[in-house]
Parts: sequence; C-alpha cells; structure tokens
Amino acid sequence: MRISMDIELKDVPGQMLLALQPLSECKANLITVLHHHQKRTPRKTVPVQLVLETRPESVEIIKAKLEESGVRVVRVGEHRFRESINVVLIGHVVHTGIQDTIDEIDKTGFAEVVDLSLSMPGINLLSSALIKIDAVGKEDLQTALNILKEVSAKKDLLMVLPIDIQA
Amino acid sequence: MKTVCCSILGFGAIGQGVAEVLLMKKEYLESIGLEVKVVAVVDSKGATVNPQGVDLADCLTRKRISGTVALENITGVEVIRSVDHELVIETTPTNIKTGGAGLQNMLAAFQTGKDVITSNKGPLALNYRELVETAKAAGSNFRFEATVGGSMPVINLVNEVLAGNKVKSIKGILNGTCNYILTRMLEERASYTDILAESMQLGIAEADPKYDVEGIDTACKLVILANAIFGLNATYRDVEVTGITKVTPEALEMAYERGHVIKLIGEVSRERIQVAPRLVPINHPLAVGGTLNVASVDTELAGEITVTGKGAGPIETASAILSDLIAIYGN
Repeated sequence: MRISMDIELKDVPGQMLLALQPLSECKANLITVLHHHQKRTPRKTVPVQLVLETRPESVEIIKAKLEESGVRVVRVGEHRFRESINVVLIGHVVHTGIQDTIDEIDKTGFAEVVDLSLSMPGINLLSSALIKIDAVGKEDLQTALNILKEVSAKKDLLMVLPIDIQA
Repeated sequence: MKTVCCSILGFGAIGQGVAEVLLMKKEYLESIGLEVKVVAVVDSKGATVNPQGVDLADCLTRKRISGTVALENITGVEVIRSVDHELVIETTPTNIKTGGAGLQNMLAAFQTGKDVITSNKGPLALNYRELVETAKAAGSNFRFEATVGGSMPVINLVNEVLAGNKVKSIKGILNGTCNYILTRMLEERASYTDILAESMQLGIAEADPKYDVEGIDTACKLVILANAIFGLNATYRDVEVTGITKVTPEALEMAYERGHVIKLIGEVSRERIQVAPRLVPINHPLAVGGTLNVASVDTELAGEITVTGKGAGPIETASAILSDLIAIYGN
C-alpha cells in the first residue's frame, strides 16, 4: 500500500539518515521525500513529508521505530488520489520520449499518469495523446501541470488543458 | 425628430452591412425619433459625399458593379475634417501592426469633436487608452460593441445591463472561423489543412487565415475586453496566444470519447489574458458548434451569464453598430 507520512526532524546533522533507516529495515519503497529545509515547526523541528510503498503490517512497525529514534511522526495516512484530469498533448509525443514525459509526473510521488491513449497517424504527422493524471490534492495537481507545461514547452508539444483548470 | 449626420468610413462587407441595416431600419429609427443621414461613404479608393445625404441604395449598387463608391478622390480623415457631421461609423479593415487608417480616422474624429462607433479591433487592441482619453477630452461618445463577438452583446451587456456587478472573468469562443474548423474536423475526422481549405472555399476563413487560426483575432478581442471591462491598460503584447494549427482530428476524437470537445478559448481576468485550445465538456455552455461565438461572464452578484450568437457576418455586425447608435442618440 502507498502511504504518506509527515514527520519532524531535529535541526541537527544526521537526522535524515536516522529517519530513513527504519524504512530500509522494513523494505519500504521510498517514493518521495519533501524536506522543508526553510520551514520550522513551533517545536523548532524541520517538517518532512514522505510518500512510501510498504506492506500494511509494516506501517505500525515503521512508525514505532521512527519514534524510538526520536523522530516525531505527526501523521500517517493512506495516500489517496482525490483529483483527476485529462490532458491532451499534440506533437511528436512519442519521438520526444513519452516515457520520460510520464516519469516527470510520476516521480513527484503526489501525482501519477494513470491512463494514456495514443494516436500516431503517420511518421511525419503529429501524434496525439490523451493522458489522465491523478493527484493527491488540488495544489499537487497544479504542480504536476506546471511540470507538464515545462516538459511540453521543451518538447514543443501543444498541451490542451480542461477549461476549468488554470493554465 | 433628431437628425444624426454620419459618415461610413470603410465600405467593405461590414460597411455595406451598415448601409443595408440603415435602409432596412429607416422606419423603425424614425419611430423612435431618429433620422440617420449618411453624408459621406468612404472606401480605399475615395468617397461619395453629399451634405444633404447620400443615396445608400445607390452606393451599394455602385460598389457591387464597379468595386468602389468613390466619386471623389478624398480620404476618410479629409471627410472627417471637411464635412459637417457628428458621428463617424468606422468599419475599415483591422490592422494589428499600426492601427491602420482606422486609428487615424478615430483620432481625427475625436479631435473634431465627433462621436465614433466602430467594428475595427486593431486600433483598440493597440491604442485603447489613447483613444478613450482623446474621446473623453473631446466629450465624444466612443462605442465599439461590434469589435467583440459580432452581434453577440458582451461589452454593453456587462457595462450596462449588468452594471454594478464586479466581473471576475470572461471566457469564451470569440472567433467563428476557428470554431467552424474545430467543429468540422471532429465531424469529418478530417485534417486541419483539409477543413481550412473548405472554410476558405465557403468564405468562412480568409485568404490569409493566420489572423484567425493563430489566435490573434481572439487575442485582440480579449485586449478590448480587458480594457473596456476590467479597466486595464493592456495591449496585444500582454496576451499569451496559442492557436489551433496544431490540433489534430485524432486529438479531437480522443477528447470526444471522454466527453470533451476542443475549442479555442479566450480568457480574460484581472490576472491573466490568454488564448489557447482547451478541453470543454460536451454539455458545457461554452461547447457551441459551427461558426457561433459564445461568452461566459462570471460576475460577483449575478453569477455566471452566458451569451451566444453569430460572431461575424455583415448584417450581424451591423446589428451591434445599430444598437450602439441607438444607445447614443435614442431617447
């Protein structure tokens, strides 16, 4: 199962390693780490958001191990995608690396390409793709779209967004 | 009976449409106490001038037969300066680079204290502030409903009918040519190039379609809305513009299978002015087909108001000009 976890680290060297050790021990697959260096909690700790994939029975073990090491676990939740949109991409979608375009979204951890339709009418003709992106929340979706916008500009792809989304 | 002496500058499709509508609505105008006397008609080759009123039917026939109304070699600006009248109906072709003759005509009209009604977007998209300030300084009326959405009321709808509402945004399809091309591409599963050729044959797209299909026309209309409704001082250069030339029939079909059409949407708010192809749900009020235009105004009090109508065509555009004329001189 995929879970998100908000933890707090003391503002001293070596804390991140301390936090990652229990994940490694439980063979959890770490998908993203958002380390908010610039932020401080009222307790003067540094907030970190993790997204990881692990067996359901490991969740409590990881939590306990983290707390034993002095890492405060603020929240643990199942990582659910609540937002979803379709985006059309037109251009040399395949030749410019469709996998790489998808990876750019997937590696965020908070958004994923969950569906793809592709049409390649001919070698010299423009291809069209319709991708469906799921994201945890509205802000995450917007961030994923900003990433896609940059990738599309680099690859000279026309990105067609839904009318109710801020482009 | 109030007599309004006016000139028609520009006698292409729109100018001729104005002449036809003035003939058609002569009795109606008289019934509301207005006699509209056209004292000069000007095209690119010269003018017909008669301080007693030119014969509009005669002008239309002469234009059809010889390609011009010109009987004298005199320009629009010269007519404005030398012929006594109070209203200039400016329908010369849009020039988005310099503002063209339209800009000179409008400025000259205000400098001589005349009112202006126009369908010409170029000068407004380039020099809105200058035009409005010159008109204000001269105490002239300046109306331009016909510049956005043809017959479809947008500017007057917001500034007059919806007065008092704060407008959050306006989104819509403001170019009938692009709407026609995208509608037909989906219907026929045909390429952009094929449907563009069809549109040119039908006279829906112009010989040089760049202005429409690259989103420039929509961008100019958004600039006018940004200035006239949102009080901004925007120019064409402030608009992010993407046209429809890259849209494929396959993309339209894939979108349709998921309940969407692709439309060239213009969007304006205080924060952004943008033209781009967008996915619009099939049952959305903006998902209109053919050459129709549509605009959805999101307002503070009245919520969302959507209007749709013919965005082009001489008679339709002349309808907006007529409504501006009645707004100035009626009652």
